[in-house]
Amino acid sequence: MTTITPTAKPGKQRGIEASRARTAVWLLIPTLIAIVLVAGYPLYRTIFFSLFEANLTSPDQRSYIGLGNFWFTTDEGVALGFLQDPKWWGAVQNTLLFTIVSVFLETVFGMIIALVVNSAFPGRAFLRTAMLVPWAIPTVVSAQMWAYMYNDSFGLVGRGALGGVALLANPTTSIWAMIAVDVWKTTSFMALLILAGLQSLPSDMYEAADMDGASKWTQFWRMTLPLLRPALLVALVFRSLDALRVFDIMSVMVGNVSAARLSMTAYARQALIDNQLLGLGSAVSIAIFIIIMVIVVIYVTAFRVKFD
Amino acid sequence: MKKSAMLIALTAAAALGQQASAVTVTIACGSVGQELQLCKDGAARWAKKTGNTVKVFESPNLTNDRLGLYQQQLAAKSSDIDVYQLDVVWPGLLAQHFVDLKGKVPAAEVNANFKAIIAADTVNGKLVAMPWFTDAGVLYYRTDLLKKYGYSAPPKTWAELAAMAKKIQDGEQKTNKAFAGYVFQGKNYEGLTCDALEWIASFGGGSIVDDSGKITINNPKAAAALNSAASWVGTISPKGVTTYDEEPARGIFQSGNAAFMRNWPYAWALGQGEDSKVKGNIGVSALPAGPGGQPAATLGGWQLGVSMYSKNQDAAIDLVRYLTGPAEQKIRAIEGSYNPTIASLYQDKDILKANPFFGSLLNVFTNAVARPSGPTKDKYNQVSQAFSTAVSDVLNKKMSGGAAVAQLSANLARIKGRGW
Repeated sequence: MTTITPTAKPGKQRGIEASRARTAVWLLIPTLIAIVLVAGYPLYRTIFFSLFEANLTSPDQRSYIGLGNFWFTTDEGVALGFLQDPKWWGAVQNTLLFTIVSVFLETVFGMIIALVVNSAFPGRAFLRTAMLVPWAIPTVVSAQMWAYMYNDSFGLVGRGALGGVALLANPTTSIWAMIAVDVWKTTSFMALLILAGLQSLPSDMYEAADMDGASKWTQFWRMTLPLLRPALLVALVFRSLDALRVFDIMSVMVGNVSAARLSMTAYARQALIDNQLLGLGSAVSIAIFIIIMVIVVIYVTAFRVKFD
Repeated sequence: MKKSAMLIALTAAAALGQQASAVTVTIACGSVGQELQLCKDGAARWAKKTGNTVKVFESPNLTNDRLGLYQQQLAAKSSDIDVYQLDVVWPGLLAQHFVDLKGKVPAAEVNANFKAIIAADTVNGKLVAMPWFTDAGVLYYRTDLLKKYGYSAPPKTWAELAAMAKKIQDGEQKTNKAFAGYVFQGKNYEGLTCDALEWIASFGGGSIVDDSGKITINNPKAAAALNSAASWVGTISPKGVTTYDEEPARGIFQSGNAAFMRNWPYAWALGQGEDSKVKGNIGVSALPAGPGGQPAATLGGWQLGVSMYSKNQDAAIDLVRYLTGPAEQKIRAIEGSYNPTIASLYQDKDILKANPFFGSLLNVFTNAVARPSGPTKDKYNQVSQAFSTAVSDVLNKKMSGGAAVAQLSANLARIKGRGW
């Protein structure tokens, strides 16, 4: 990444290429303007407001406090920055737990489902469609549905299977209950992506391996998994990004105030919307942006360095 | 019902009325219990009377969610909604976005309301909104079950409530596994703030932040109140009570699965409805008191305010005057047991017939404890969230009452920061 190949000296006679490049720039300009307007400007405003103490109801009355939204201790020793708030770190911890566990389970189950659906058996087409049903239901609907099922006085799970246990009542059990919902919902998405990868693998390779007497287990570890890696990486990055931004499941199932202790985005929403702290909320959003970016960079570099 | 007669009278009044050009006014009203239907009905009556059109905007159920939505609308200076329904703790937060009704609503109409509520709706001399209905927490109980288990009166103290609920629950659970002794609003949201303030105030533990802005929550009486509430969870209340807001609690009580319930007066009319399994077996009393304390009820209630960004302010003000007037408040009291804010309506025979407890609990409604939204101004929401979260921790047995109020006190100091 660090070495830059020296390019040929730009000569004036390379007319066609230069004019092509110019055309490309002109064609890109509308897109670039659109990106600046819809993504760049909000991002700029968020960074801008993260340096101010401002209220959502009157953004015009603001005062510059530098990085005070991130870290600030008053003369009386009162900590005001959100990085000094244990609730924020609790939310970060819970989001990471949610992401790691749910993405891991979704990958394992998704792989199993994909391998099953990839093999030939009667009713395969039906199963492939059926497995997408949980993913097709809007998250808000499925979250509410599961909240009812977990209910301890009439829920199918809470009353029926567990005999009156309120899983969502307790913060330590509610995170696991929500991980279960997320796994239930998005495993099929993972399976779909892995299935697409599986179908691009050449079948004659397996025939050769069968001839050579490699067991199915060896075939899976030595052939399928390495060849599947690019598809798997894309699926993992997608799912991890989604899981890090988790909001709707928690907001619907336990309410916004409790969700603020469970996920970073709900914490940001609480600061920004419930508490009208435009500056602090923006600062939290920046922090989430940075955390997600760092994780993506780690993902991408770690996988590339090893396997390219 | 004398609705038709009244409609004729109103139409006649409209014919003689002044409004020449008809406009469309949008009102945002709540949807807990029968709120939405009553709001639609009332708005329709006004529309018929004046010849204008009313659109009703359906808001989220939870008051926290509603506030977030309204703030975004108002911060964007949106004119989509002309009339907002405001919680009693919001005027301080939203005052700058609302039309000053002083002078626009005749003084006599304003003064007919309870003084305390008008005071809560007045911010820096500006009358932000007109009171629509008032609220205070009350205790609902099953008269048939009290009789069955040998009790002649509802509990006077929390300890009595716990003992009675336990005995009834143990007896009823023999035939009905889902039966609970006591249900309340234990979910971590504004409603829990209301419930917990009642416990703490009734134990003599003050009101979180006092009128001068001093943080008073860190005291042994408040800690004891929270500990006693935590002891109910999993014993006389289902463990899931920490996920209930108003409507789930009412659902359980109304389906005959609870002996006692804490809720707002609106649950009365619904409990007496045709589809209610406990119709005719409901009693209402003041909430119990703590040891050596007085019963306390948290002041709730809703107001109607006119957005500064409304394009039809005159019509919107007229709608607010109509809906908050005595005729509408009477209809709402009879059909939905929403407490009037006009003092004279508490002597109205029709209202007392529909809501027998209004008269005997007048004291509760007029002396309800206010949440500390006055002294904490626009940081009230943060205070309330910190408080309900601390209470939630105690209910979930993550912390003792003493540790929770100590930590809450530090948290509140952090929120107070450079001052309320």
